[in-house]
Amino acid sequence: MATLELSVQEEIIAAPVKQTRRLGTLFWMAVGWIVLVFALAIFAPVLPLSSPTDMDMLDRRAPFSALHWLGTDGLGRDELARLIYGARISLLVGLCAPAIGLTVGGALGMLAGYFRGRFESLSVGSMDVLLAFPPLILTLAVTAFLGQSVFNLTCILGILGIPTFMRVARAATLTLARREFVIAAQALGATHARILLRELLPNVALPSLAFFLLGVAVFIVVEGSLSFLGFGVPPPISSWGSMIGEGRESLDVAPRLAFLPAIAMFLTVLSFNIVGDTIRAITDPRQG
Amino acid sequence: MNDAALLSVEDVAVDLPTPRGNLRAVDRVDLALGAGRTLGIVGESGCGKTMLSRAILQLLPKKARLTGRVMFDGRDLARCSAEGLRKLRARSLAVVFQDPMTSLNPVLTIGTQLTETLLEHLELDASAARKRAVELLAAVGIPEPEQRLTQYPHQFSGGMRQRVAIAIALSCEPKLLIADEPTTALDVTIQAQILDLLAREQRRRHMAMILITHDLGVVAGRTDEVAVMYAGRIVERAPTPVLFKKMHMPYTEALLAAIPKLEAAPHTPLPAISGRPPDPTRPLAGCAFSPRCRYASDRCHSEKPQLAQAEARDHRYACFHPIKLAAGVDA
Repeated sequence: MATLELSVQEEIIAAPVKQTRRLGTLFWMAVGWIVLVFALAIFAPVLPLSSPTDMDMLDRRAPFSALHWLGTDGLGRDELARLIYGARISLLVGLCAPAIGLTVGGALGMLAGYFRGRFESLSVGSMDVLLAFPPLILTLAVTAFLGQSVFNLTCILGILGIPTFMRVARAATLTLARREFVIAAQALGATHARILLRELLPNVALPSLAFFLLGVAVFIVVEGSLSFLGFGVPPPISSWGSMIGEGRESLDVAPRLAFLPAIAMFLTVLSFNIVGDTIRAITDPRQG
Repeated sequence: MNDAALLSVEDVAVDLPTPRGNLRAVDRVDLALGAGRTLGIVGESGCGKTMLSRAILQLLPKKARLTGRVMFDGRDLARCSAEGLRKLRARSLAVVFQDPMTSLNPVLTIGTQLTETLLEHLELDASAARKRAVELLAAVGIPEPEQRLTQYPHQFSGGMRQRVAIAIALSCEPKLLIADEPTTALDVTIQAQILDLLAREQRRRHMAMILITHDLGVVAGRTDEVAVMYAGRIVERAPTPVLFKKMHMPYTEALLAAIPKLEAAPHTPLPAISGRPPDPTRPLAGCAFSPRCRYASDRCHSEKPQLAQAEARDHRYACFHPIKLAAGVDA
């Protein structure tokens, strides 16, 4: 599993944004791309697309044409339709898996950082166990026993994401829980639930959400890698990863079959990173 | 102890376990404070002032052990249930902290932070709470309170933030306000404004106040009574005018001498107290101030002086060689 380096990202992006305070064309291009991909993915069934699974053995690896805008793949399936239907899988897994990690890991991390004591030792310890477990083996075992499906894949990736999110939330909570505004809230008679939800959550949410958007980018890649290796979504459902995997066989004849989904994935991941960092930089009220 | 007292602290001690051994932060302190009265607690950094205030508020760190009784309004706070204590806070007990940069939540607006206490404890509806928040901000001297409600703490200056913190503390009309070095983090010019504000609101609401500071000058004109703390113990306690007229404890004298004077010639060396406070994990057999005291005798190093009654009423001190009497007693 790829691990994320949050602090490095912050430093790189924060400086230019603070300087200009303008969102810039790059940000709007990234937003535009994400909106486009989302719209295509959501409305895929109603769009006038050919079916992504209909094979046309007479028209394999066809070049770009009016009938097939982006040509066809090794089995004669429409490449554009497969790309758009693949976006549904990539976005679904890419959003849901880190969402599971954010919810469960964030809650665990905040509770651990706030209440400390035995609960913290226990949860941090169990997360260390989870981190030490080889993620690929775990994914293989789960897909072998429970079967390959989008749901299983999302769940297992979400569970694998919990430790990282928990660490981010716990680290943020630890420093915040000692600040005087928490003691001040206690002195005003706030309950533990109120302190956690009203005082700490808005503070912890900022780094966690920035981390979430980076997580989306990472999980899209992870899903792609797993599908590329054949552990992802089962065929004939297309995902960007499996499309790259299938395109690999005809790299010499039709390199576009591997490169088109790779470009789509690259642009999407890049856009999520740009948007995530920009939003974090401009919504952060903690300055000086 | 006075039965009519709003707050009485009886034989309170706070022990903190540390890797180097047990640290006694507060050592058997007795205090009493009537309704509407002001008590100043003075002492240098690390003498246990803040721990004492946290002991009163029951906001000690989890590992700390508290012994003794904290009687507030006829109830022992140290034995209150968590829920009973929670209900009591804000409505009866409130606190203003030293650093307004960290005592306000950076990601919530001033309005949210002010109204949530009102909604919770006074059970006002949203519009009444908002109206009350505007009144409170106006009362603590914040111009254009309506607009200010929607702003975040970082849009306020240090003095303004402390005013907001005071407004939050006052929001539920507490009977006792504990101000823990409320002006230490502020500009000198703002300090007097904040202290005047606290005094004005205290008179208007008839609440009791504990003013914790390291500056005898701050407590001089603004408190009814002063307790001087050193190494976790109260070493001298007296009504403010009596204390400043005739102090008995050499430490109080040394603290007063360490205040810079305006009329002093330029480059006059400040008579600082030499040495450092004793290591609280290794208590001394004798008076804790004896290593730094210029009147110290052999007895001071071997025996702990207890709080003794001075000739003036309500004036107590812990010293074998009180000032002014030093020559006579010393045989």
